[in-house]
Amino acid sequence: MKPPPLRLLRPASPTEACALLAEAGDAGRALAGGQSLVPLLNLRLAAPEVLVDLNPLTELATLACGTGALRVGAMVRQRTLERDPLVRRRLPALPAALAHVGHLATRNRGTIGGSLAHADPAAELPLVAVALGATVELLGPKGPREVPAAELATGFLSTCLEPGELLVACTFPLLGPTEGAGFAEAAPRAGDFALAAACCRLGLDPEGRVAAATVAVGALGPTVQVVPEAAQVLLGSPPGPARFAEAGALVGASDRLDPPASLHASPPYRRHLARLVVEEALAEAARAAQAARNGSPSREDRREEEHGA
Amino acid sequence: MTRSIELRVNGTTHRVEVEDRRLLSDCLRHDLGLRGTRVGCEHGVCGACTVRLDGQAVRSCLLFAVQVEGQEIQTVEGLADPEGPLHPLQEAFHRHGALQCGYCTPGFLLTAAQLLDELRAEPNPEPPSEEEIRVLLAGNLCRCTGYGPIVRAVLEQATCAAGADPTEPSGEDRR
Repeated sequence: MKPPPLRLLRPASPTEACALLAEAGDAGRALAGGQSLVPLLNLRLAAPEVLVDLNPLTELATLACGTGALRVGAMVRQRTLERDPLVRRRLPALPAALAHVGHLATRNRGTIGGSLAHADPAAELPLVAVALGATVELLGPKGPREVPAAELATGFLSTCLEPGELLVACTFPLLGPTEGAGFAEAAPRAGDFALAAACCRLGLDPEGRVAAATVAVGALGPTVQVVPEAAQVLLGSPPGPARFAEAGALVGASDRLDPPASLHASPPYRRHLARLVVEEALAEAARAAQAARNGSPSREDRREEEHGA
Repeated sequence: MTRSIELRVNGTTHRVEVEDRRLLSDCLRHDLGLRGTRVGCEHGVCGACTVRLDGQAVRSCLLFAVQVEGQEIQTVEGLADPEGPLHPLQEAFHRHGALQCGYCTPGFLLTAAQLLDELRAEPNPEPPSEEEIRVLLAGNLCRCTGYGPIVRAVLEQATCAAGADPTEPSGEDRR
């Protein structure tokens, strides 16, 4: 179908975008990459009278890597972040997750901010942002504020954004020298929505035992779920398959999950997949943490060396 | 509300009057008569409407025409010079029989064309594996299900674009 009649406004600055959104109220929506919003318009599931197009706002498309954190502007395209050499080296779990976001043509256009603000529970970016302890920057009529990524989504496709507020950036803390992160997902086909996804972070102590752990899962409830009980069982011993299986089983059985039923997967089957993706993400996180601790170059570093970069 | 916009398509500038809600896919087909761009699902799933925007493959059914003023749009009509030979990808599709009804073909061609250009731009490109090609093409649906020859055609051309010999076994086959 075709989108309903609408007016597309092109603000000259983020502040003007906020003002236009505030003025439009419930009749207005911010348009980022449009890879989720425009399908809703075409299917007439959403009918805003005003779209505030953020694409002209190049100041929202900046990527900055400081000493301890990576700040990603809301309008950075998913594919730009996925291919950035610095991001691939410093925060490889992010490109690993981005490779699962839709397809080449949707990642070319889809943005980081759009995905976070859409708050689809099966989306990869909100999961990674929560697991890695990211912070989002919001700009609104009352000025800027920061919110932990874990507090952005308040329910299925719902966020804490106030009327007239715009998500302008997301800052990911970089991993420490003995930390690693991993991402895993189960989907019917490449690029499909996840039936279950996990992002895990592990930190090792000088003896190589797990000193810190985060286990988070997506597509298994109305928002991303963090499962601290699963992280708890990993602490104090070296990372290994037996512990990962224990953590995976705890996630699969957790009351925190509320897996939706769908044609492709019943809730019990999604719980089964949850176990598997958690084990896989933990194994990857452990491998990355051990590599970081041993100072061995990551796969990306090796690639760059081979290519003489 | 309509407005007058300038669109640059396949190197030619066109002036069109469109409503804000006019999808780029409809603008190309109905306003400019470029019907090589196909409309399948019209919600971003099938990939039939894929065009290139400043070199990047995008879904034209998820863009408004008024959003892309000043950017360079390439459709299947602009893949090869009308007076010259076909684009190597088109040649490969022809040779491999990588089309049945042909409806999805333009979308596949423009998706693969971005990969080829990216490989050519890399200093030391690694030839992609068949698996990588399959993942790349997962965003384009062929309801005749003729994926085998499509994958073979794109794999052959991607291998050439990476500077390797497509008749040699690929890295994966060697393993």
